[in-house]
Amino acid sequence: MNHERIVGTAVPRKEGREKVTGKAVYVDDMVLPGMLYGATVRSQIPRGRIKKITFETSVAWSEFVIVSAKDIPGKNCIALIGDDQPCLASDSINHPEEPVLLLAHPDRHALRKAVDAVSIEYNPLPAIFTMEESERGSEIVWGTDNVFKTYLIQKGNVDDVWSRADYIIEGEYSTGAQEQLYIENNGMVAAYDAKQGITVWGSLQCPYYVHKALMALCDLPAEKVRVVQMETGGAFGGKEDYPSMIAGHAALLAMKSGKPVKIVYDRAEDMAATTKRHPSRTRHRTALSRDGKILGGEIEFTIDGGAYATLSSVVLSRGAIHAGGPYYWPSVRIRAKAVATNAPPHGAFRGFGGPQSIFAMERHMDRIAQVVGLSPVEIRRRNFLQPGQTTTTEQVVRELIDLGKLLDRAISVSEYQTKKQEFAIENGTGATKKGIGIAAFLHGAGFTGSGERYLSSVVGVEGCADGGVRILVSSTEFGQGTKTVLCQIAAEALGLRYEDVTIAQPDTTEVPNSGPTVASRTVMVVGKLVESAARGIHQTLKLSGMLGDSYSAEEFRAACQAYVAGHGQLRSWAQYDPPPDVFWDDEKYRGEAYAAYSWAVYIAEVSVDLTTYSVSVNDFVALQEVGRVLHPVLAIGQIVGGVAQGIGFALFEKVIWQQGRMQNNQMTNYIMPTSSDLPPIRVFFEELGNVHGAFGAKGIGELPMDGPAPAIVNAIEDALGVRFDSIPLMPEDIYDAITARSLRGEDEVASVIR
Amino acid sequence: MSSSGEDRSKSEISFTVNGEQKTVLAFPMERLLDVLRLQLGLTGAKEGCGEGECGSCSLLMDGTLVNSCLVPALQAQGASIVTIEGLDASAGSQRLQEAFLECGGAQCGICTPGMILAASHLLNKNPRPTLEEIKEGLSGNLCRCTGYLQIFEAIATAAGRETAASS
Repeated sequence: MNHERIVGTAVPRKEGREKVTGKAVYVDDMVLPGMLYGATVRSQIPRGRIKKITFETSVAWSEFVIVSAKDIPGKNCIALIGDDQPCLASDSINHPEEPVLLLAHPDRHALRKAVDAVSIEYNPLPAIFTMEESERGSEIVWGTDNVFKTYLIQKGNVDDVWSRADYIIEGEYSTGAQEQLYIENNGMVAAYDAKQGITVWGSLQCPYYVHKALMALCDLPAEKVRVVQMETGGAFGGKEDYPSMIAGHAALLAMKSGKPVKIVYDRAEDMAATTKRHPSRTRHRTALSRDGKILGGEIEFTIDGGAYATLSSVVLSRGAIHAGGPYYWPSVRIRAKAVATNAPPHGAFRGFGGPQSIFAMERHMDRIAQVVGLSPVEIRRRNFLQPGQTTTTEQVVRELIDLGKLLDRAISVSEYQTKKQEFAIENGTGATKKGIGIAAFLHGAGFTGSGERYLSSVVGVEGCADGGVRILVSSTEFGQGTKTVLCQIAAEALGLRYEDVTIAQPDTTEVPNSGPTVASRTVMVVGKLVESAARGIHQTLKLSGMLGDSYSAEEFRAACQAYVAGHGQLRSWAQYDPPPDVFWDDEKYRGEAYAAYSWAVYIAEVSVDLTTYSVSVNDFVALQEVGRVLHPVLAIGQIVGGVAQGIGFALFEKVIWQQGRMQNNQMTNYIMPTSSDLPPIRVFFEELGNVHGAFGAKGIGELPMDGPAPAIVNAIEDALGVRFDSIPLMPEDIYDAITARSLRGEDEVASVIR
Repeated sequence: MSSSGEDRSKSEISFTVNGEQKTVLAFPMERLLDVLRLQLGLTGAKEGCGEGECGSCSLLMDGTLVNSCLVPALQAQGASIVTIEGLDASAGSQRLQEAFLECGGAQCGICTPGMILAASHLLNKNPRPTLEEIKEGLSGNLCRCTGYLQIFEAIATAAGRETAASS
């Protein structure tokens, strides 16, 4: 391969100029002639049956378009993996903020009053709000047992290890719900025409998810449903499944009114009604040898899925597979379970189960280190996965990863050892305690197990009449840099200039299904297909005798123009072809869970103010191996942005629940990090390369969400000598723990069983 | 809900936007954000939270940075307003926009217009801000994508300074 010219350089973001000049068009910037505004009437109770709906007479209802479940032409569900979630509740209510009715009116202000003028009477039913209540099963709120999904991962015979263990160490860890808090709220515009069918334009991650949901809901064939992604102002997983709901609502109103309808949520509605990160609970029981090697263990991973199945089964799967961390387990049994409660369904958020189970694993490693009497560094070093060993799903590590080397470099750049010594001295006096903590982790790129094979993504590349090249994918841009990196890949593959390549707006009438833009799969999986489809264009031009093996950008342009002039169209397609050596058993949950993993060691330095009990992160080192870095500025942006969200997950972002409803659904009382809250975040890459991704790239987007929370909480324990196993960790939690300890007058004794 | 009755309670409000004189008919307490977006088609200012917390609706009113979701339309009477659409003109603004592009200061772009206006406001007052001053100047503008560091770098770059904010 020639020396790469474009991949690895910081070319300008494709849609960057529109963004910095305010010209980028988001869904709320769209206006169609005669357009109505739509709003949603939602349930106010967590569980029950609708008894009666009353429309107060203060409103001129004849001016409104009103849609109920009876107006749905197709199936009343949001088709995704299952179809248990209704688009509009007709009888049963299973969570607060469940959509019941839709209203549309030309005047936005009139809508709010109208929503308030609909009153719903209920026959309430007992509801459940915690995983424990759900597991007890005193109320069955979903299926026959409140369980959406279970997995069992077994490796070796873990029952044998307990008798020969020198240490058996237990721990329980939990993480809270987290709001994605993209700055652009969810929104859709829909228009209907009997001949063309339904078109929706919106803020979304997965055009073909919305397409599938609308076909079922509106009872329309594929060609009569068109989904167009507008510029999308942040997503982070939060626009993976719920946009199908809003698209459905806008479509129903458009079909009934015959006019275009816009539904854009305000912040309060977006936060209360749409998905969040699944709350989780992880229990570890680990057997270790005297020298601190893991002999085996049991891990029980449970997540709260909320009221409907939505994406919980796949979040659970990723969380379960990542639960063992980057360590070698000779034997392990992982039991994973997603349970139902009467909260709005939890959904995708960057990391997708990984941040939950990795928080537990990395807190547990520090606990193991204390009990065994090794440092947090040494306990990890002794247990790191090595090439040739197998993961918990018995996937052989083929990548030549050297986690010990990553750890050494992270320790060196963070000055871990020096700081550790300094803090030990400084912490003796003064009201500020400092600490430093480590997290080591991995993140699988692409869909889990057979996922990519089922998706069977298709990508197109087109040679255009003007001689330029255009990429056709349903993969969406929402800030990560999809457009830029895919154009870099095509330009590199064809030997063109970056400027010669453009990318189509995701529109299901124009682009093939390259799969959802999730799971850190875009650069690795879709990028590889773009590379291959781009090479196909050259192949066609070469076979037609219009271009040789080496050519200039101008020669390519001329050949492309001539081909299109002569043949009408020049297109090349590539479809995902699973690597022959990838084996996955869906029944036993065993095999190659991911085609590639990214690996990382993060180190956080904190100070805890014992006057306010607030935690500041003072320094953060993020070192990772993500394969080839295709765009250094975008890659650093992904890492820093992910770390910032991870800091929020650990220290700031607490959803206050009451009867299954988020109470602090405002930016003023749900606190995300501001410009003043973040430390220097120092980003380092190791680049090993990867055979599966375009030009050696692997996944990067989700990885940085996994490590910050455990690194920070490990650092807090280092500072205070008090254990915290639950996040978000708020100042009041620290106050309570410190007060409780001083009341007991002794340090907590580790509960070592043996 | 008669629309003629509503029109009577609207007021004529005149102000300058991006150097152009405009007169609109609006409810006195209507949000300036809505007047700009819906009546004047200036959609560069975005609604993120509707309560003055996120800063994505930021604009400059008589040289002051304001959250236009909190400004009643009547308050704009006689004011001179600059939105992202009007920022293109000056060389300093272009340097800022270029720096955002180069340094990765814009990811999803939804906070970007407000962020650039806040940055422009900062640099007008303080052409050579320190990192702490940059953080302070952006404290009313939230970004969920970048973790801010590349935004700090963009502002420092536009101001002709290096920053140790990111490696």
